[in-house]
Amino acid sequence: MNSALSISGLSHNYGARAALCDVHFDVEPGVFCALLGPNGAGKSTLYSRLTRLITGTPAKISIAGIDLETAPRKALARMGIVFQQSTLDLDLTAHQNLVYFAALHGIGGRDARLRIAAALERLDMAERAHEKVRALNGGHRRRTEIARALLHRPQVLLLDEATVGLDAAARSQITAHVHDLCAVDGITVLWATHLTDEISHNDQVVILHQGKVLANEQSKVIAGDTGLKEAFLSMTGEPIGAKT
Amino acid sequence: MSAYLTAMLAIIWREGLRFVHQRERFIAALVRPMVWLLVFAAGFRAALGLSITPPYQTYITYETYIVPGLCGMIILFNGMQSSLSLVYDREMGSMRLLLTSPLPRWWLLFAKLLGSSMISLVQVYVFLLIAGLFGIVMPTMGYVTVFPALLLAGLMLGGLGLFLSSLIKQLENFAGVMNFVIFPMFFLSSALYPLWKMAESSPILYQICAINPFTQAVELIRFALYTGFNAAAFGWSVLATVVFVGLAIWGYDPARGSKKKRGLL
Repeated sequence: MNSALSISGLSHNYGARAALCDVHFDVEPGVFCALLGPNGAGKSTLYSRLTRLITGTPAKISIAGIDLETAPRKALARMGIVFQQSTLDLDLTAHQNLVYFAALHGIGGRDARLRIAAALERLDMAERAHEKVRALNGGHRRRTEIARALLHRPQVLLLDEATVGLDAAARSQITAHVHDLCAVDGITVLWATHLTDEISHNDQVVILHQGKVLANEQSKVIAGDTGLKEAFLSMTGEPIGAKT
Repeated sequence: MSAYLTAMLAIIWREGLRFVHQRERFIAALVRPMVWLLVFAAGFRAALGLSITPPYQTYITYETYIVPGLCGMIILFNGMQSSLSLVYDREMGSMRLLLTSPLPRWWLLFAKLLGSSMISLVQVYVFLLIAGLFGIVMPTMGYVTVFPALLLAGLMLGGLGLFLSSLIKQLENFAGVMNFVIFPMFFLSSALYPLWKMAESSPILYQICAINPFTQAVELIRFALYTGFNAAAFGWSVLATVVFVGLAIWGYDPARGSKKKRGLL
């Protein structure tokens, strides 16, 4: 089976500082893969490279079988992205934000309306669709962003610390929604986080530390008898009790 | 409708909505030139004698003379305002949305420029309407023939703003743009005084004014408002537009982010 997301030989430097060193891993279709790493591990740089916000040393990256270097636009069309920082226009309604995004992907008219209605329904946001984003709470804003990222029916969904700043309830709802997207819709997810409680036993986990992949296994394999949090802390050299 | 056109219309629609939401921006954009027209020009008309130079065929009041320059001023400020909002967009992250669209980046940036130019055009026409109410009227056809000139000026100055926004890393640095771009461009131009007047006082300043792309845009607008066509101003304006828009597209090239960690995105 072809991997939905395949990365090999990915390095990235900011001047003399190496942000990513020969990163390589694959994610199979329909799998929830958690990219687990402490702050400064290189997660955001990896996302910037995957979304072509920055380019650099050539690497082999393919999204749903499309090579990112040679066909970046085709690859972007198969990718849904939720950035760490909100990218919603606060003065527009949730619905207007989605209309704008759909159009940026060339989707307009009736097709866009149907997709937007379905995506908002899927994320339980239909009732709040016509409220200005400014009036929505953090959890609803995130859901709007996830709904938006699904409009063009991507095969791969990238989320960069999508639960940052949310309370525990909103965090677990969003995590559950996204796990559902993998299980029910077969979407492949790359979920960057530094919080181990967002990861289920069967999820794939890639541990990134100082730009290097330290582990790439199923969560329960890494967790072993000690638990994922302890295993992660011992690998990254963080003191037990650190924020994870 | 093609994907390209759908995206372009949406970008223009968003620029429009944003403008509607910022009423104070619209009012400020109109108050500024109106103050120049009604206060500054009233005081200045006695000090500055104007001879008959094309496109004017008769003696004109100073208020009439500065109308094209004030149209240019609206476009210049709006171009820089868009640049400011792009820096803000980047800090807020919404620029990422545009840059990760599968459509070509140059097309999306061009659509953004067109959107901001449309906003400038609305402001300029409202200004011309108010100026008309104060008795400063142009030939009727002039209001039509000035449209393409205003659009070209909008693209040129919007392109400059877009390029500057790719260089400015933080919102705080925007004050520098005011001091080093907007004011020199405006004052070293034919917006407020004819170039021959400038030549009488300082040949060097005259040369600087003459090569200032803003002067070319103002002259293009001035002639177009009187249904005329200034070929030289048009040529220079097109050239400046191509250069500025080209630099803006280069400024947002992702490869530029690879050398060092920039504030770019």
